[in-house]
Order: sequence, then C-alpha cells, then structure tokens
Amino acid sequence: MKILVPLKRVSDPDNANKVKVTGGKLDASGLEWKPNPFDEYAVEAALRLTENGTNTKARVGEVVVVTFGPKEAETTLRAALATGADKAIRIDALDDALDGDVVARALKALVDKEKPDLVLLGKQAVDGDSNQVGQLLAEYLGWPQATFAASIKSNADKALIVSREVDGGALNLKLTLPAVVSVDLRIVAPKSVTSIHTPATHTYPDGVRFAALMAIMAAKKKPMTEVKLADLVTDAATKIKYTGFELPPSRKAGIKVKTVAELVEKLKNEAKAL
Amino acid sequence: MRYLFETEEHALLRKSIRGFADVHIAPFSAEWEEAEEFPKELYAKAGAAGVLGVSYPEQFGGGGGDITHAIAAGDEMIMRGRSVGVTVGIGSHGIALPPIIRLGTDAQRDRFVRPVLKGEKVSALAITEPSGGSDVARLKTRARRDGDHFVVTGSKTFITSGVRADFVTTAVRTGGDGHGGVSILVIEKGTPGFTVSRSLKKTGWWASDTAELSFDECRVPVGNLIGEENQGFYAVMVNFVAERVMLASQCVAISQLAYDEAVAYAKQREAFGKPIMGYQVLRHKLADMASRIAAARALVSELATRHVRGDEASGLAAMTKNVATDCCSFVCDGAVQIFGGYGYMRETLVERLYRDARLYPIGGGTREIMNEIICKTEGY
Ligand SMILES: Cc1cc2nc3c(=O)[nH]c(=O)nc-3n(C[C@H](O)[C@H](O)[C@H](O)COP(=O)(O)OP(=O)(O)OC[C@H]3O[C@@H](n4cnc5c(N)ncnc54)[C@H](O)[C@@H]3O)c2cc1C
Repeated sequence: MKILVPLKRVSDPDNANKVKVTGGKLDASGLEWKPNPFDEYAVEAALRLTENGTNTKARVGEVVVVTFGPKEAETTLRAALATGADKAIRIDALDDALDGDVVARALKALVDKEKPDLVLLGKQAVDGDSNQVGQLLAEYLGWPQATFAASIKSNADKALIVSREVDGGALNLKLTLPAVVSVDLRIVAPKSVTSIHTPATHTYPDGVRFAALMAIMAAKKKPMTEVKLADLVTDAATKIKYTGFELPPSRKAGIKVKTVAELVEKLKNEAKAL
Repeated sequence: MRYLFETEEHALLRKSIRGFADVHIAPFSAEWEEAEEFPKELYAKAGAAGVLGVSYPEQFGGGGGDITHAIAAGDEMIMRGRSVGVTVGIGSHGIALPPIIRLGTDAQRDRFVRPVLKGEKVSALAITEPSGGSDVARLKTRARRDGDHFVVTGSKTFITSGVRADFVTTAVRTGGDGHGGVSILVIEKGTPGFTVSRSLKKTGWWASDTAELSFDECRVPVGNLIGEENQGFYAVMVNFVAERVMLASQCVAISQLAYDEAVAYAKQREAFGKPIMGYQVLRHKLADMASRIAAARALVSELATRHVRGDEASGLAAMTKNVATDCCSFVCDGAVQIFGGYGYMRETLVERLYRDARLYPIGGGTREIMNEIICKTEGY
C-alpha cells in the first residue's frame, strides 16, 4: 500500500506566551516549531499499515510525507523520514499565503501525480484548528472519506475498516480504496491499527515511535524533493482573508479559597453563577 | 537551552531521548531514587530505543554519533527523566567500554561492547581502590600470570554499577611500580574469587548502585586482557577527557533543572504579601545562577567541539570540569535556599539535586587533581 501523509509544522504550543502581534500581523519570529501532533499520529498509523510490526525494518509498503512551507520546513519532513517514512516532498510556499482550500487543491494535484492508495492525515492542525483539509481533499478527489479515525483495520489492501468514536459508541465504516482518512489521537493506542502484515498478537508501544540516532543520520540520505506551489495549482488565491490579529486580553490571576462554604459564597455573590 | 554545536540532528535526537525519559523514567524517578535502585529491565528498554549506544560506532550496534550527541542525550535524560542516579547508573558503560573499543580485539568488542549497547549486559569501570583513587599510577590490585590466566588479588571501591555489573573493566598491576605496570582486564561476574563485598550508601546518586569489589585469587582468562600487558595506564588516562566533558555536561543539566525549579517556585511562593520573586535579592540570586550556567554551558560547548576536532584538551577539560562543578554546587545551593524549608525536605527535587551535586568535585578526578592538571598544562 502506498500512503501519502500531509504534515504541517505548528508553533510549539509551549511557546504560546511568546506569540507577538505587530501591526495587526502575527509575528512568527523566534517561535519554535514542531510537527502538528495529529499529523505525527497519522505518520505513525501509516507506518503501522506498511510494515510487519515484529520487524519494522522490512517495509511492506510506502509512506510519502509532504509539507507546505519554506526550506526550514524540511526539518519536519526529515523527522518523519527518521521515524520510518520512505520519501518526502516539500511544496514551496509561504505559511501565510495558504489556507485549507489551497492546500487541499494542491494536494489533489499531488495525489494525481503520486497515485497513493490512501491519504492519511491529522484531523486538524493545533494552530488554526480549522479541520478542513481532509474533507475538502476527499471532495476534490471524489474519494470516500472517514474522519477522526480511532482505529483502522486493513485486512486486504483494497479496503479499510475505520472506527470513529461517536457519542455512545463507535461507528465503523468500510471504505474502498483509494480513500482519505483523518485520524484522532487514539489511533496511536497499542492495538489501534491492524493489518495483514503484522501478527494479531503484536502490541505496539503506546504513542508515536521515536528515532534512534542511526535512523536520524540515515534519514539524510532518503529522497526529498521540492515542488513549486504554482506547478500544482494555477490559482493560488486563498478563500480565507485575514483582516487582523490581536492577542486575547490577559486574564486576571485566580484566587484560592479555604473552604467549600467560601467557594459557594463567592460563586453566589461574586461570580453570580449560582 | 541548546548547546552552540547542536544541529538539526541533535534536535531530533533530543526529541527521541525526551520521549524515552518521559515515558520510562520520569514517572518513577522519585520512587527509584528513594528505593536506591532502578529496575534492571530499564537497560533492555534503553538499549532497544538506542539510548545506550548514541555515541558508539555503528559497527558495534551504536548510533554512530560523537560526544556532542552524547551530551545532548544526557541533557534530556537529566532534564526530563529528573533522576541523576538513573542517568549515571544506566550510563556507567560510558567509562567501562571506551578502553575495550580503543584497545580491544574485534572478538572482545563483540563479546563485551555489543551486548552492553543492546542493554543485555551491565558494565562498570574499576580503577579506584580503598587505599586511593587520585593517584592512579599507584594502584595495588595485583594480577599475576599463571599459564592461560591472570590471578587477581586486591580490591576496588566506589565502583558505579559494580553491584549489578556483568563485567568490570578493571585496572590491575601486572608489572612493576608506577604507570608502566598497569594493565586492563575484563573481569566477569561469576568468576571464582570475584565478589561484591559491599553495596555502599551514599550522599546522592541514590538510584545508581556503588560497590566495593574484592578479588581473591580470582582467575581471569588471558583472553580478557584488553590491549597489551603493562600498557593499560594510557588507556585509562586517554578517556579522562571524554569522561570529564560528560560529567561537566551533567553539571550543566542538573544546574539548569535546579534553576528552572527555583524560578517557578519563586514566582508562586508568597512571603510578606507578595511573591518572593518580588524581592530583588532573590532575583539577583537567580540572575547569578543563570550567568554561571551560561558560562559553564559555553565552556562545555567549546571543550566538546575541540574534543571532536581532535585537539589535545586535557587542561581545558580540567578547567571545564571545575567551572561546571562549581556552577552546579552554587546553583543547587541557591535553589535550596529559594525553596526555604521545603528545600530541605526529601520530597523536593532540589533537595535531591543538592545532594547529587556534591559528587562532581570528587568523582572523575577531584577538584584538586583538576587544578594539578591545569598547573601542568599551563607549565608551572
Ligand atoms: C559516587 C561515586 C562514584 C564513583 N564511581 C567510580 C567508578 O565507577 N570507577 C572508579 O574507578 N572510581 C569511581 N569513583 C571514585 C572516584 O574517582 C574517586 O573517589 C576520586 O578519584 C578520588 O579518589 P579518593 O576517593 O581515593 O580520594 P583521595 O585520592 O584519597 O583524595 C582525598 C583528598 O585529597 C586530595 N588530594 C589527593 N591528591 C592530591 C594532590 N596531589 N594535591 C592536592 N590534593 C590532593 C583530593 O583532592 C581529595 O580532596 C567514584 C566515586 C564516587 C564518590
């Protein structure tokens, strides 16, 4: 199976208090970047689908990772290559010239070229929290889609059973490939991804895998290509226009109460919540 | 804070080590320190994750990195794992393996290096003896040749991981007095006459075991001689620079951890109606701590870079170790002071770091011996 995984780098949420707004524009200088966690989960799920979990070095499929961004964004791709992805593509673009729609249209063009069996991606990026690319892409491709996957079963290479958590239980969808699937955080639980290549008895460690130094060094030799955004979309206009940014008002420090009685009194008389 | 020499590769490595420390060490660090032991299974987990082999050649199952990678990895182990004892205990191969890698035969490397990097075997280095550690050239443990064996008699003390070690890289006297009579033997657990005579109680580094070892007519096969007979002193000495970079970098990590704890505490602890961070004396104390850490980090950076480049750096290594250990003692003491009474309580991390810090001006060559080296390299 060939799987395409789009990745986005996001500013490290731990740096939230370093975000600056200058002249109504977001100032990204000095921020630290890390891969969007949901995208890392997608890479992990893709690797699990394309390997025998008991011998992860022998690949039985291909994982192609792709990101949009300037040269520095290749760091995000190399991190994915280090954990096991097979090849990487960077679509040269500026972060603030993109929205979910342009990204989905460019990915459609890339899918037409790369011909993956599956596009696996995070349900949303934790910076904008838009939650759009997967759905738009499925629509543009005319492919079946499943969003917020909590588990994926791949019994044959032609179809998937995707389980999504919904109120009151799980909804199981059968998808015929090719398809688009977006993942939620439970996809990296030890038994969330099952495939014909890995014995049913195998248990993965919880969470995403980490690369040993040897793999980090070896990743430098894996293929990394650059594609211009203009080569994928003729119309790079975004549908979303940002008119301005401002920081939320800073919050007042909380207080500590000594007794339940005091809490009730404050809720009643100060917060007027009771 | 990263070291100046770090590249994207180091950043990815840090992320991996952080992932390991967050899951496999941090949740248990306080418990293991109090128990004065960490589970032996941790070796296998660390081996499988590539944590043990970071700076060892790929041909022996290592990660192919150099000392700069080892420093970055150690930094994450301490900062995220929050147990100095575990870091130094699980890292005892950092001093036990280099003589074997440098002077051993391929067969010896296969037997001793590979299984340690996989986490299947525990290794230790034994140089220090009850009668003295600073004066390595005067060590007394005797190894007499008898056919296909060396017969070893003597004792070693303060040996990190010695209690659980499957083998001990041991400096012994095969020849006459002085440094020209020293050889290195790998002495394996279970060899008749080799016993762990004591597990020692310490000020700090609790999660790491420290042993007194005794050898009584212990017969070690000649195949366990590392390098040539009577050439062992050089092998021991040549690794001291690498050991001192590592110890100095541990001091930087411990200092940073204690400092971060102190800053967070000073912001939220109140006295006389305001956070204690509101008092300039405490802010200045923290500013001094931060400056010392920056200086120690910069020196470690310079030393590591020179070491990788192949410069002779024994004098600089001695200076770096002293600067970093002084920084660590100063910062941990300051952090305890900022924590007040809580700083003196075993439940507080900085209390433990303060105890851990005391080792560094002693282990790996004392502060005074470092100054002796500096005098020599400075030429007076
Ligand atoms: C927790 C811990 C772990 C250790 N791990 C290991 C290990 O794994 N393997 C190993 O081989 N050793 C290990 N050591 C031993 C350590 O290397 C020695 O303790 C150290 O080298 C000092 O030796 P000593 O204790 O015999 O002190 P001594 O050599 O007896 O020195 C005592 C004091 O005299 C001073 N002194 C000595 N000579 C001079 C001089 N010429 N000029 C001025 N002052 C001098 C010293 O600086 C010191 O202050 C460990 C020690 C500790 C505490």
